[in-house]
Formats: sequence, C-alpha cells, structure tokens
Amino acid sequence: MTQEYRLDKEGFINRKKSISFKFNGKKYFGYEGDTLASALLANGVHLVGRSFKYHRPRGFIGSKEDEPNAKVQLYNGAKTEPNAVATEVELVEGLVAKSQNCWPSVSFDFGAINNFLSKFFPAGFYYKTFMWPKSFWSKIYEPIIRKAAGLGVAPLKPDPDRYEHKFEHCDILIVGSGPSGLASALSAAKNGARVILAEDKSKFGGSLLADQVTIGNKTGKEWADETVEQLKSMPNVIVKNRSQVFGYYDHNMMVMFERTKDHIQSPSKYTPRQKLWYIRAKEVVISTGSIERPLIFGNNDRPGILLAAAAKEYIKKYGVLVGKKPIIFTNNDSAYDTAIEFKKNGIDPLIVDVRNVSESTVVKEAKDLGITIKFSHAVANTEGQLRISSALVGKLNNDKSGYENLESIPCDCLCISGNWTPTVHLSSQSGNKLKFDEMISAFIPNKSRQNETTIGSANGSFTLKKSLKDGFDKGFEVSNKLTKKNIKIDPPISNEKSYGNYEKFWCMPLPKNKEYKRCVDFQNDVYVSDIELAIREGFRSIEHVKRYTTLGMATDQGKTSNLNGLQLVSNIENKIVPEVGHTTFRPPYTAVTIGTIVGREVGKHYRPTRKSPMHLWHEKNNAVFVDAGLWLRPRYYKQGNETLQQAAKREGANVRKNVGVCDVTSLGKIDIKGPDSAEFLNRVYTNAWMKLPVGKARYGVMLREDGIVFDDGTTTRISENHFHMTTTTAQAVNVLAHLEYYLQVVWPELDVNVLSTTEQWAGAAVAGPKSRNLLKKLFPETDVSNEGFPFMGFKEENLFGIPARVFRISFSGELAYEINVESDHGIFMWKKIIELGKNMNIQPYGTEALSTLRIEMGHVAGSEIDGRTIPSDLSLEGMLSKKKDFIGKRSLNREAFLNINREKIVGVIPVDKKTMIPEGSHLVKDKNAALPNPKLGHISASCWSVEYNNPFSLAILKEGKKRIGEKLYAMSPLKNKSIEVEIVSSHYVDPKGERVRS
Amino acid sequence: MLEIKCPHCGLRSQNEFSYGGDSNTKRPELGKEVSDKDWDNFIYLRDNPRGKHSELWHHVAGCRQWFKVLRDTSTHEIFKTAKLTEEL
Repeated sequence: MTQEYRLDKEGFINRKKSISFKFNGKKYFGYEGDTLASALLANGVHLVGRSFKYHRPRGFIGSKEDEPNAKVQLYNGAKTEPNAVATEVELVEGLVAKSQNCWPSVSFDFGAINNFLSKFFPAGFYYKTFMWPKSFWSKIYEPIIRKAAGLGVAPLKPDPDRYEHKFEHCDILIVGSGPSGLASALSAAKNGARVILAEDKSKFGGSLLADQVTIGNKTGKEWADETVEQLKSMPNVIVKNRSQVFGYYDHNMMVMFERTKDHIQSPSKYTPRQKLWYIRAKEVVISTGSIERPLIFGNNDRPGILLAAAAKEYIKKYGVLVGKKPIIFTNNDSAYDTAIEFKKNGIDPLIVDVRNVSESTVVKEAKDLGITIKFSHAVANTEGQLRISSALVGKLNNDKSGYENLESIPCDCLCISGNWTPTVHLSSQSGNKLKFDEMISAFIPNKSRQNETTIGSANGSFTLKKSLKDGFDKGFEVSNKLTKKNIKIDPPISNEKSYGNYEKFWCMPLPKNKEYKRCVDFQNDVYVSDIELAIREGFRSIEHVKRYTTLGMATDQGKTSNLNGLQLVSNIENKIVPEVGHTTFRPPYTAVTIGTIVGREVGKHYRPTRKSPMHLWHEKNNAVFVDAGLWLRPRYYKQGNETLQQAAKREGANVRKNVGVCDVTSLGKIDIKGPDSAEFLNRVYTNAWMKLPVGKARYGVMLREDGIVFDDGTTTRISENHFHMTTTTAQAVNVLAHLEYYLQVVWPELDVNVLSTTEQWAGAAVAGPKSRNLLKKLFPETDVSNEGFPFMGFKEENLFGIPARVFRISFSGELAYEINVESDHGIFMWKKIIELGKNMNIQPYGTEALSTLRIEMGHVAGSEIDGRTIPSDLSLEGMLSKKKDFIGKRSLNREAFLNINREKIVGVIPVDKKTMIPEGSHLVKDKNAALPNPKLGHISASCWSVEYNNPFSLAILKEGKKRIGEKLYAMSPLKNKSIEVEIVSSHYVDPKGERVRS
Repeated sequence: MLEIKCPHCGLRSQNEFSYGGDSNTKRPELGKEVSDKDWDNFIYLRDNPRGKHSELWHHVAGCRQWFKVLRDTSTHEIFKTAKLTEEL
C-alpha cells in the first residue's frame, strides 16, 4: 500500500480513503481525490504508453487536458472507453486502465522496431511509399497500415450508459474558474446578471490551487472556495464543475459537456453518464487560462520529462513528487516555483536556465533556499531506456548555436518550461482573428466578432493582480450592458511573487555531429527533422506543413505543440510568426464521447415514431410493420409461417376477389379554406379546379416550378370555399410548406388558409368488389348505388353516431371507398369495418399488398415520382390543362422535356413469367455487351401480379410506349441476375379503369 | 446554430426554421409570356454574394410564417428580420 512518491502533506486528497485500481493488469493504490495520473505517479509509474508512429516509450507530460501522451483504454467490454486522458480521469475504486498502441506490453513493445527504422519513416512516408503498385493498396498496404494505426479500441457492444441533453439560456457564460473567471462571475452576479460559471475540473480555482498567493487575507484556495460558495448561494447563478465548454458556435451558442457519473463511487442506476448542455449566452467571458509549452532538445520525449507547472501541480494538488532527483530546465521564471516546491519538500533540484541572468524575487527566493542554478546552460540530450536516467547539460556558447562543454547529470525527472500559451481556442472558434503578442511569443484574442471577451492568462495577462482586476472590471462592464444596475464591487488586494521576462530561446541546438530526435508534437510523433523536411520539400503554408507532417492533428489538437511548430517554421523560413499564421482551432476543445453528442436519440428514440389510432389492433393481429417516413405502417398481417410475398399475394388477391381494408391514416391531409381556394388549387395543380362541384373529389398532380412532378393526391370540395386535400405520406410536410410559400410570398392577394389535418383524421380504405355491400352495412341509411354515390363522390355521413367523411376514391384500382373519422374514433371505425365485413371475407391488407395492387394497375407512386420525371414521363399528360397557367407549366416547354426519346413509364414482365425482377435493375438491349452496357431504363417497382399470377414490374424506359412488345434484358449486377423481359403497357390490369366505376 | 428573430414570435433557435433562398426573387406573373432566358433565370440563377443577403426563412416549427432576413453570408450576422409586408 505504500506509495513511494507520495508526500505526507500537501494536496487536496483524502489520505484516509485508500482506493485500489488496476493499470496494465497490476494493482495499485491511490487516494480519494487523485486522478489516474497522480495515483500512478505516486507509485512511481511514468511509462504509460507508446508513441503513435515510432512506438517510443512515453510518460506523462502534463497534469490536465493538455496531456498528449497518457491516453489509456478504460475498463473492458461494453463499458470500455478508448483514448481517455489519464490526467483527467478521476480515480474510483475498481478503475481498470491499460496502455494503448503497444504489443505485447508497454515495457516491451514489438512496434518499437519502427524507432530503429525511423530513418525510413519520415514525414510523408505513407504518401510516398504506398503509391505503387496500385493493386497492392487495398489488399496489402491498407490492412497493414490500418492495423498499425490508431490508439485505443472502440467498444463492439452498445453503450450501456445513458446520456442527457439540456438547453439553457443565460446573460453571461463564464468559462473557467481561475482567478479571473471567479472574479468576473462574482462581479457580474452581484450586478444582477444571470450567470453560468463552468469549470472543467472537479475543483474550482484554476491556478489558485497550486500558486502561492494571497487574496484579501486569505490564501488563493480559501478565496476561491469562499467565492464559489457565495456564487452557489445566489439564485441567479449556476455553478458547474466537471463541465467542459468545448465549442463556440454562431450567435453565442455554446456547447458544454458535464461529467455526471464516472467519478461517483456507486452511482444510482439512472444517473446519466454525461450531459450535453446547449447554452445560448448573451455574453461569453473566456477565462480558460494558459498551457505551458515544452522546450525542444534531444530525446525530449522520454518518460520522466514533464512540464514544470505539471510537476508543481502534482505536488500542490495531489501531494505527489514526480521524481526525487529533479532537474528543472527553463527559459523563464515560472519554473522556479517548481524548484522551490521540491526544495520545500526536502528534495534538491538543479535548475538549468538558458538565460544569462534573472533577478526577479522568485529567482532570489530559489537562491536563498540554496538551490543550484546553472545560467546560460541547456539540456542537449537525455538518456534512459524506459525512463530518463540522465541529462546531457552544457554551457551554451555566445550565439547559442552550440555548447562549450557537456556533462551528463543523473536525474529521475526533468521538468521543462518554455513559457505559456494562452488557451485561445474558444475565442478563435467564435471568429476572433487572433493577434501575435511579441512579449509572450503567443497568440492572444484581438477583436471580438461575437459577444465575447477574454480575460486573465487566456488573454496574456500572467499576473494575479491584473487577472483579478480584469475579472472584476469585465464582469461589471459586460453585466451592466444587460442589467444596468450599476452595482460595482472593488477587487480585493492580492499578493504574489514577481516574475521576470522570459527568453525567446526554446529549441536547443544539437551538439556537433549528433542527430538526436527532438520532438515537437508528442502525440503524433512529429520531430524537428520532419518539419525541416516538409519545408525543404516545398511546403510553405502552415496548413500544408500541418497536414504533411500531421503536426497538431492528434486528439490533443496540438495543445502543447502548435506554437513550437509555428515558431520552428518561422525560424527556418526567416519569417515572423504572424506572417506564418496559425492553423484553425476547431471544436471540440477536448474529446467528447459520441454517446454524449447522441444523447437520448438512440435506437427507436433516434426520431419520433408516428402511429395511427389503429396501431394496437394491428399489433394484436400480427402485423409486421414498416417505416414510412416517421410512420409505422403494417406491411402485412402474418398468418402462420407465411413469407412477406405469400402474405402480400393473399391480401391482394382478397381485395381483387372480396374486400380488404387498409389503414391510410398516414396520408397527408390539408384543410383548405377561403373564398379563393378553388383559384389557388387551379394554380397549384396541373388540371382544372374551378368547376369541381361541391361533394366531388378530383385527382390532382402538382409540379415544382422546374416542371418535375412534385406530388399527387385527391382533393375534395367539402363546400363552396372548403377543400380537403390529400398528399402522399412522404411529401405531406413539404406540400404544406409549398402551399404556405405560394400563399404568403407569391400570391398574398389570395384569401386562402391552409392547415395540416393529417393527425385529426383516422383513415380506412375499403377496397374490392364487395366494398359496396360493406358500405351499405356501415351506412344503412345511405344510397350507396353507383348512381347515388358515383366514382369520385363524397358524402358526410354518420357511422353509428359518429361523424364520418366517405370518399369514393381508389388507389387499388378496385371499387373502393375511403372512410375518415376523427382520430379518437379510429379504432371504433376499424373494428366496425372488420365486424361487419366478416361474412364478406374481409381481410386487412398492408403496404406490400397495397403496392402490388397499385403497381399492376400502373398507378404511379414515390418510386416513379422520383424527382426526375415530368408528367408525360408518367403518362400523365392528360392531366395538363391547356387553358390555364399553373406552377411549373412554363418549364414543360423546355427543350429537354420535349425530347421524344425521354425515359417514360412502361410495364415489364419476365419472358419466363416466373422470375421476379429486382427493383433498380437496368434495362439493356444486349446482355453480353461490353461494360458499361448502355442503359435504356430502369425497373422502378416490382410485384407478383395477383391478377395474372406472374411477376410484373413498372419501368422508366427510353422512348416508353413505343417499345411495347420489344424484348430486352433486365440486368442486376447487385443480385447477379439478367432476365429476359417483355415490354408491356403499364396498365396491366383493367386498362380502361372500369372497376373503379362499377 | 443561429438565433433568428421571427417577426411574429421573437428570438428562436435555428432548428425551428427552414431556409427559403433569396427574398428578391420574383415569380413571373401567371399567364404572361416569359422568354426562355427569363424563365431560366427565375428557376436556376441566383446571386451568391459574400456579405449581406436578403433571404426568406420559414418558421416551420413555430407560427409557420415565411419572413425576410438580412444576413451576412460570411459571418452569419443577422442585421434585421421583417414580415413579408415590411421592408428589410
């Protein structure tokens, strides 16, 4: 249970609560409050992974979201998560983690052979090498590369956890709870603004948790705790920890994920794992802090080499020493704090500083503590197999191009600091064009494009005093724009150490005749030599250098590497950094699980499901359902061991012979009212509508303005100024928007109102030669004779006390009626139809039989109205009025639409009268012609004709009816079929349409 | 996601709306002779400006009214929204 590198004091961990976990199969102990990273370091574990390309041993570099190396695989089975960042994973009892990208183990990794072959794998290696021979790509190169690439392994089972989405509005969203974030939150909240404060770590306070400062008469940590408590008690403030704002989108739409479960020891069953917050903020204050940059020198990527600030955080936040023989290597003053913390805990550090001198108070403090400092010195290289064992330290010559002497100094960790990079990701995402700050050699936000402002070290202000002042000032300023309450509070007095300037020297020269690897991008294995190569090969734009070398393209998005890469390019090119520019910052700032993005929209909740009022009846009667848009419709009603085709045949045949009933509730229905309704329909439909009598229905076709058929359906004149329109299920939504567009935008002078009534009516189609007898039973008082209720007639009726609309319309081509009742009475209507139809052998029929019936009748549907066909392609030219104008009419005169060779609708039967023709098959003249075989048309819909008991298909064929009688081939390479077919009329059954009028 | 001020309902998120193209497009009058070129322009040709663009949006998941929006196509800034009967 001993943790060799754990201190007896320091840190915000609970030493009374020991927690066991497994890493790479071995059991370790940490404490409550640890991260996986701090617990491993407490046990002296630095080696956690292998690098992406060369499989070099890698350890922790950072202590937070900047960590490029310590990506681990968590847990097993369905719960497994790849690429978790060990520095961000909170320790819980029973945590299981393992290293990625290594085999058989992290300490002996077979892939490390790549490191010895690295001369053969420079930048662009894959682009250059695997070009030839072409045939090797898919069978040999790609599988090998795929196997070698990638980090963790995705789970193969469905995610057992649940995720939630949440929408929130606020006046001010403050991102980050460091000193400037807390100050602005307090200031804005006191001024009456509705504030959300988001902190991605478990603890609030940011740098205050590790820095030795005082605010008022309290330590930084105490002030932070007190401020957070105060904010939490205010009703106008939402305070969230473990919440990462990762994306800044248009119009101040901020997206954040909150970790709600993984840190809890025994969460309840329904605790969501993560929550995704969509926050619309009137103003955004970005106080995201800054990230330390590494220095670049030979073999700077060995385990045991960390950022100096990370080493300090491990001491201050977790009571963990990252080593007992530390060297601190820096070009600025901030790393001296790390040395001081080591010294205070009884460890003697050595400071190697590239600067000639520094005389700030923090340097003086280090000197007074007796810490050895080597000014004008640098680390040129390191040694150590799986962990650093020594550093090669030398005095830099005057122009810093080489070393005057070099000595090997033993160490077990090397803490490096190359100054600080403001975390500008969110402000850049907001559209802020960044500017380069020469003083700190980094980009900071410039002019805001949206309502955002950046403060604190994210804005390049590295003193506590300035951060607090900016925080309080901006918090007031921004909130006062919204609340105008003028309540201002003064910043408290603060105390901190003074820090001197840093020296812009960060890439160490190589000793003479040495070619040590100097790493720039740790996660993607990009070295100084790779960037030099890219520029030698002519890549100039930083975006190109990035893609060629993959600099900054890993899951950490180059948090520690981007700026060093830019500076390197600018040095080599002899340009200044702003001329080189920077690559684009894109969301998400840190990795977000797919589960969080998807939220509850998984499985059947992926989209809403629409069900008819008769759905339960269908379920009870063995309906097999099919998706029709959002609707679930019965496809067929299964009897015994029937197949789909057998059922469709039975149901269809029963309609042709007796009577069937089909649920048509899903058809789009639009109520049209107003004195100009008939005129409006006259413009929308291709045929004439002015003289349609009350009580009559008419079939109509509508076009788009470009002449393509848009939708079809029947519309009924209920009264003089009241029409009931039906649309196809698929186009119902679009037709309504289309009508609204013309009424509101194009012809506002028409006095017409439209309203969707799809869900107000339940519909049943009763079809078949016995349907009239059934209607007689349903409506005993009504004259249902052919004269009393003719084809295309409409009656408002009474179904045993329930108001019903009855239409004599037919999609099946049989004598048929459609009955509509208010939705709540749908099931009553349906049951009555079944009950009264029993002795006529009524059977319900599904969409498969419905399709069969319409196909053999030659009625067009979605597979023919496919966005490419005009009326004459579908034999609908009779529907085009010559006397009036209508939407899309002018387009029909276009040359291409008048071409007589256009593909038009025909019927197709297989010559053997046995083989079903797969939908989508191409019609060709010669089945043996060389590929690509010239296509004459395609099969749009296929069925087994119940009338003739053989297969029948509809096709869209070049020259259409002219080819009736010709023999062609239907070829389906997908199904490996070629079938000899004969072209027939598309009206295969009852071509004169006598049955519907009988 | 944009935030659009429906002139009838107020500020709403973009997912309540659908886009309807250039608001200055005029459909030729019904029944009038239109040359091939003019018709072609009406059906297919639209300006694609970088910057201010007056366009139509439809509040489909709201009041179902079409209205006008003056929007910057490169920054997505929305300067003004108006009812169809109003000037932008």
